[in-house]
Amino acid sequence: AGDGSGPVGAAAEDGGPPAPERVLFPPTFSVSEIKNKQRRHFMFLRWKQQQRKEKLAAKKKRRKEREALGDKAPPKAVPKTIENQRVYDETTVDPNDEEVAFDEATDEFAPYFNRQTVPKILITTSDRPRGRTVRFCEQLSTVIPNSHVYYRRGLALKRIIPQCIARDFTDLIVINEDRKIPNGLVLSHLPDGPTAHFRMSSVRLRKEIKRRGKEPTEHVPEVILNNFTTRLGHSVGRMFASLFPHDPQFIGRQVATFHNQRDYIFFRFHRYIFKSEKKVGIQELGPRFTLKLRSLQKGTFDSKFGEYEWIHKRREMDTSRRKFHL
Amino acid sequence: SSQVVWDTLGNRQFCSYKITTKTQNFCRNEYNLTGLCNRSSCPLANSQYATIREEKGRCYLYMKTIERAAFPRRLWERVLLNKNYEKALEEIDENLIYWPRFIRHKCKQRFTKITQYLIRIRKLTLKRQRKLVPLRRKIERRENRREEKALIAAQLDNAIEKELLERLKQDTYGDIYNFPIHAFDKALQQQDAESESESDAEKEDEEDTDTREFVEADDSDLSDFEDMDKLETSSEEEQEEEEEVEKKASYSKSKGKTPLKGPARRKRRYIEIEYEEETEPTTKTKAA
Repeated sequence: AGDGSGPVGAAAEDGGPPAPERVLFPPTFSVSEIKNKQRRHFMFLRWKQQQRKEKLAAKKKRRKEREALGDKAPPKAVPKTIENQRVYDETTVDPNDEEVAFDEATDEFAPYFNRQTVPKILITTSDRPRGRTVRFCEQLSTVIPNSHVYYRRGLALKRIIPQCIARDFTDLIVINEDRKIPNGLVLSHLPDGPTAHFRMSSVRLRKEIKRRGKEPTEHVPEVILNNFTTRLGHSVGRMFASLFPHDPQFIGRQVATFHNQRDYIFFRFHRYIFKSEKKVGIQELGPRFTLKLRSLQKGTFDSKFGEYEWIHKRREMDTSRRKFHL
Repeated sequence: SSQVVWDTLGNRQFCSYKITTKTQNFCRNEYNLTGLCNRSSCPLANSQYATIREEKGRCYLYMKTIERAAFPRRLWERVLLNKNYEKALEEIDENLIYWPRFIRHKCKQRFTKITQYLIRIRKLTLKRQRKLVPLRRKIERRENRREEKALIAAQLDNAIEKELLERLKQDTYGDIYNFPIHAFDKALQQQDAESESESDAEKEDEEDTDTREFVEADDSDLSDFEDMDKLETSSEEEQEEEEEVEKKASYSKSKGKTPLKGPARRKRRYIEIEYEEETEPTTKTKAA
């Protein structure tokens, strides 16, 4: 009888009924059992309102208790985030790790970090680039100092690499394009350095960025590398750092940021200004894009015989949502 | 009877190999020589017919004669052609000797076209080939969604600002920015009223404009006279700070923890430029 009267009663006041203060649903009643869609929808809304009220009341009560306790209140619980819950990666680099420091002193980037080499970058694309990719390459070359853009007319990468080495280039960037948008990036450190293959997404050219500043100047920007914690992340971070000359020009006030979050590397280019010692204003200039590492190869670009340091294997590596590799 | 076949199939009734378009009729039959649906190119409507077909890179000449019209299994006779282009043409000629001109001509044309595209295939396989990797919709969607969430979690602007401020604190920018040293300010805030001694770090602290300065009568006179000779030196700031250290105490950026002593100075939080020194002496002389 209770079940029957409840919905019927509600239906009677259909249309413009006021939601009662405390709706007492009979315990065996369930909103999903009403066959009429309109009535069911209405009852569901009422139920939702009631839930919200209860939740608000519970919050208020908790807050009152907290205030009543004052200092003795238990500390606020820290909400769980994906970064909090991240599966601990055993290759996380400890800042004081000697082995890693030794490795880094003797790896391929040592000459750069010892200021023996000046970076010289060659930017190119895949065959027949379309307008968007071409413009992106140009903007990228303004962002990275000492970089040159050359078009590829069907040349094999393996053949241009020796030429690049002969002409003293230190890095090679190949932007792969598909259906008129750039979607991949191959970054290769030249004198037999590691090659990293990224998947590039959400590329925004300069004119698509809202509230942007003027063109970047010729000053050497600073570099910010955030959140590269594991060993793999460290080597990738060093690769990025070696693209830019070692001594930034602070008068330029430009900064290029590579921020790693959950294995996505976000690239931004800003101009900053210090308004006071506690406040800084930043204005986004150049292009922006995000990268996701797909593979890291030991030598220069060689898809068949290369020795892969790390490949992203979807089935094995994507099993856990809390596990990241960079 | 080929005429009969053409009259029924080709012209009037339905032929399953025929494809009609607005301007033309095509023939889908695999043995068709030209690909069009004509009286002379229909393999069904001609009892004497020949074609060229290629299989796995080799070209064959197929011939059909009236004598074998009753044996469908043996209808088409197949001849392998030479790999050499000219020799193959001669072979076509000698096989199709006494055949109608049209068929001979069209066979040679077709053979030429086939060899050309075979050459092209061989050339292209040597070059780099674009490897098409199929996208998986579910995975693409998943990755895009994760990227958006990572972007939100990253809070890029805040992270960059924090990093820049960190670098400012660590003094990586050197002397470019004349902000007061924060560590000193914090220490100043912590100790309450006994900060008279530390004056060396106060270099850029107090260069506010002194448009209005309330100077106590006794002290300032003495100090003025003391410092009159030293006014010409470049480090005027330090002296005036030293003398006014007592007055100001823990002054600079503390929020009213210590009561205002001595001259009321307006605190400035902007980038300091060194023009304040010039005003100092003038006011002092006036006060004196």
